[in-house]
Formats: sequence, C-alpha cells, structure tokens
Amino acid sequence: MITLLEARGISKHFGGLTALDDVSLTINKGEVYGLIGPNGAGKTTFFNVLTGAYVPDAGEFVFDGTELPTGKPHRVVAEGIARTFQNIRLFRDMTALENVMAGHHIRTRASVWGILTQNRHTREEERLTTERAFELLRYVGIERFARTVSKNLSYGDQRRLEIARALATEPRLLALDEPAAGMNATETGQLRVLIEQIRHDGTTVLLIEHDVKLVMGLCDRLAVLDFGRKIAEDVPAAVQKNEAVIEAYLGGGKHAD
Amino acid sequence: MNELAEAIPYLGQRNPRAARALVILIALGAPLIAALFGRTWVRVLDFALLYMMLALGLNLVVGFAGLLDLGYIAFYAVGAYTWAFLASPHFAEAFPAVAAGLGAADGLHLPFWIVLPAGAALAALAGIILGFPVLRLRGDYLAIVTLGFGEIVRIFMVNLNYPINITNGPQGINLLDSMNLFGWDLARSLRLGDFKIDSLYLYYYFFLLCVVGSILFIQRLQISRVGRAWAAMRDDELAAKAIGINVRNMKLLAFSLGATFGGVAGGLFGAFQGFVSPESFSLMESIAVLVMVVFGGMGNIAGAVVGALILTALPEILRHIALPVQEALFGQVVLDPEVLRMLLLSLAMILMMLLRPSGLIPAHARYSRPEFVAAQEARA
Repeated sequence: MITLLEARGISKHFGGLTALDDVSLTINKGEVYGLIGPNGAGKTTFFNVLTGAYVPDAGEFVFDGTELPTGKPHRVVAEGIARTFQNIRLFRDMTALENVMAGHHIRTRASVWGILTQNRHTREEERLTTERAFELLRYVGIERFARTVSKNLSYGDQRRLEIARALATEPRLLALDEPAAGMNATETGQLRVLIEQIRHDGTTVLLIEHDVKLVMGLCDRLAVLDFGRKIAEDVPAAVQKNEAVIEAYLGGGKHAD
Repeated sequence: MNELAEAIPYLGQRNPRAARALVILIALGAPLIAALFGRTWVRVLDFALLYMMLALGLNLVVGFAGLLDLGYIAFYAVGAYTWAFLASPHFAEAFPAVAAGLGAADGLHLPFWIVLPAGAALAALAGIILGFPVLRLRGDYLAIVTLGFGEIVRIFMVNLNYPINITNGPQGINLLDSMNLFGWDLARSLRLGDFKIDSLYLYYYFFLLCVVGSILFIQRLQISRVGRAWAAMRDDELAAKAIGINVRNMKLLAFSLGATFGGVAGGLFGAFQGFVSPESFSLMESIAVLVMVVFGGMGNIAGAVVGALILTALPEILRHIALPVQEALFGQVVLDPEVLRMLLLSLAMILMMLLRPSGLIPAHARYSRPEFVAAQEARA
C-alpha cells in the first residue's frame, strides 16, 4: 500500500464551534475512501480545508510526499486534488463542453501574447483542450450534450458534468462531495459504475456520501466523523459493527438512560 | 464582427455573408453618409469610435470578468494626460530648465509609437494599482471603491499643478500634438491632386482600424483559457478556485487589460481633441460608458459596439431635433435639450431594463472554437 494523502491532526474552529478536532487519516493510492458521518459532523469542512478553501487552525496534509499549501485552492489543484460540490456549482452560462474546457485551465500555458498572436502553440493547446474535453464528456456519458448550456442540463447530468470538469484538472485524488445526493436509484447505480471506472483508471477517490448502500458497496475503507472527531477508520464491514459509529448514527443507550 | 453581423435582424440569420458585407459597408461608408448632414456628424462618428474602444475595454472588466467598475474613465484620463504630457508644449512651460537642458525648449513632442504605448502601459499599471486593494471585494463594494478611484484620479488631475506642474490643474493642457503617423499628420487634410480628404475622415478610418484591432484581440481573448477563466470566475468564483483558476491573477489581468484599452483610447482622444482637462473625465463619463455596455448587452462585443454607437449618436441627433420640434409644437422652447437628453436617456434605460434586461444584443458568448468542436463531433 502506498499512501497518497495523509492528514495529520487537522483542526478547524469557527468561533466557539469545533468543526474539526485533531482529525488524522491516510488514503492509499488507488482506493475509494469514504468519509461519512451525521449531518454537521465536519465532512464538508474537511473537504474545504483539504482543498484550500479554508486554512486549518492546526495540522497539515501530506500529499504524495509533499506538504500541501494551505489556503491556496489553485495550488492544491495544481498538486493534483480536484473536488466537486455538495450543491452543484457549474458555470451556468457556458456549455457542457466549455465547462470541462475551463477545468483544463491549470494544465494549459498559453499567455496573453500567445492568445493575441494565435501562435502555433496556443492553437494546438486549444485544439487539445477541446479534444480532451470531448473525451471526458464521453467518459462520463454526456457527450451528446456538449453544446448544451450547462444550466439546461438535467440534475443527474449536471452531477456528471461536474465530475468531468474536476477530472479535466488531471487529478490524482478526486474528492466527491455527496455525488449521489438527490439522485434516484438508477442514477445512483450509474454513478457507482462511473466511480468504479475512475478508480480502475488510476485515480484515487475520496467520497463523502449519505447513501449507505453506495458507500458500503463502493468504498475500500471508511472514516467516520462525529462532531468533528474521527471515531472510526476501517473497512466497511468493520465500520458497520463499530459501536461508536452505531451510537453516533442511532443515538447511544447511555444518553437514553 | 461575426457577432455584429449575426445581430442584424433578419439578414444576420438568413445570409451571414451578406450581413458581414453590410457591416463592413456601413463601417467604411458611415462618414460619407454622415458628411451629407454636415461635418459635425463626422466628428460625432469619430467620438463614437473612441467610445466603442472604451466600451469594449470596460466590457472586458464588467461583462467578461464580472467586476463592476464605476471608475473606468480614470484609465482614459491616464492615457489622455500621458499624451498631453509627452506630446505638447506643456513640458517646456512647466519645466523650462529641464526642457532647455534636454534641448526641448518647445516642449516634448514624442512620436505616437512611444506615447501611445506609454499611455497604455501607465493605464495598465493604474489598473493593477486599482486591482490589488479590491481583490476581495465584489458587487456593490467593488463598485464603490472603483467609483472612489475614478474620483481620486480626477482630483489628482485637478490639483497636480502644484508643487510640480504636471497636469496644469483645472485649466487642462492645450495644444496637444495631433496624431502623426510617421510623418503623415492626421490633423491635416490629405491632398490627392484636386481631391481633398478631410482630417475628420482620416481620424475616422484610423480610429476604425484601432476598434477593429481591439475587437479581434478581445475575440481571441474570449475564446481562450483566459476568457474561460474569466467567465468561470464571473459565474461562480468558488467553483473557479476549485478547478485551479488563480482568481487573483485573473482579476488583475482583467483590470489591467481593460485599463489598457482605456489608456489607448485616452491617448487617441488627446490627439484628436488637441486639449485635455479634468472635466472630460468626470464620474458621469464613467457612468455613460457603463450605460453603453449595459445598454448594448453585457459580456458581448457586438453589444458594446452598438451601445457606444447609439448612445453617442442619439444625444447629438436629439440636440438637433429637440429645438425645432419644440418651437413648431409649442412656439417656444419648453425643455432645454440637455435636460431632455438626461430625461430620455433615463427613460431609455428604464424601458431597457424592463423589456430587454440583457441588453439590445443579449450575450450568447462562445468560449470554444467552433471549428475544433465540429471536428470533434465529426469524429464521434
């Protein structure tokens, strides 16, 4: 097992509220790693700290041997971590294709001068960006909507598009924040196939999800957060039996006494 | 250009080639038609072209990058004053000793290919200076700070005549050099045998060239990684950050590139007008350019062009019609044309917002090259 991401003692407070309390976990290369917990447990905060949207109060992330910069989202993406959002955040007025092309931004180099003169490098890069975006749309199965403005796509397709856009940044770790939220059973099934394909093609996946069936079936390992603390980290079968987890989800007998 | 052609009602959709030909014909023939009504109208067209450049530049900031800028005219001022400082007798009057030392006793008269880029560069620098403190601001807050910036620049222009006389204060700077293209002075009518081409036409075609160049540049910018990054930032800044766009740099780029257009337009204005004073760069001017962008259609090259043309020409037309019409109707002048102008302009804006909130030519911007997209679709 090769470690891809290691979180070391991550803490984050918002005023008096402790959103993350000394969370440490390790994600191995090539696995689907689940992050679950009741509402308000700190899962999305963990994502935001990891991807640089928030600066942690303590702790650090080591990604593939190097320490990640904090509070610099674009640098984190450049290192190879991409994310999607719980509430879909697409670029509404761009077509599906252009959304994915925008996602390729960080892997392209054309300067203003190159754009002004449309030199060979710029044109070639633009052509490759278009080609790559098409491939990704095909990969997530929505290439027929390439020219559709993204706000007009169906909900499920918007989710897929967001994943395609994240993949366009060429990540080594793809962090999905509740990708199955609001999906019906068929769509969730298709999503599962897609995530398995992504893992198969060599991208490690970090998954926040409420759909227990999906998480248990898909993830190699899980971490459970509750009130900002990690209360378990194991394979799904073991987590299911973990008492602390059952207590967090169902309410413990102690409090009921 | 294509956008402009497409925007022509009826023809634009059915016969794009004819529509394009029509656009070119109008662009080339406009001053000849305007001349039939008198020289003033050619002058109005010249100014319309200058405003087009301003609107195109502001559209880059407001329409593409989504940064509401109410102080845009400051960059126009920087460009104009750079021209005034480097290409007029003012330098010799303000710094006689230095000027004499430099052998420039009648002032600095640098050629346009130095002055214009210098003005553009200074304006771009001003854009970055404005950009840095407002990086974290958005919407209303950004608008207020940029508004303040515009006023600061204007007040500098008014007061920088002491202790060192740089701007000559409220009087402004006079006798600016005209545009001299390698010995060919645009301010002098061109004589071809018996045929005489008026200076106003020369300026018109020169400005037209500048506007066409600006449009080409901006079109290329829009369909590029930069254009997509701006659109991404405008639509959803958080998501833009999450796909690795360096929002800070992209905002600064938008401010400085937008300012560059303002700076160039300012230089051209100085050369054309021959005179600059702080009055030309008031808040109302910033608003006027913004109105052109909004009126035409934000985020849209054709919109900026059409908006600038209409809003420059209409008040002039009004000025010529308002008096005779009122006299014919009421036997006297009831409303001053200037009052009427503001009234009608406001009314037009209100109607616009009610009936066509996204402008005369609503933006359906492209951020990918159609030929590449078609090639990919053909492969599939």
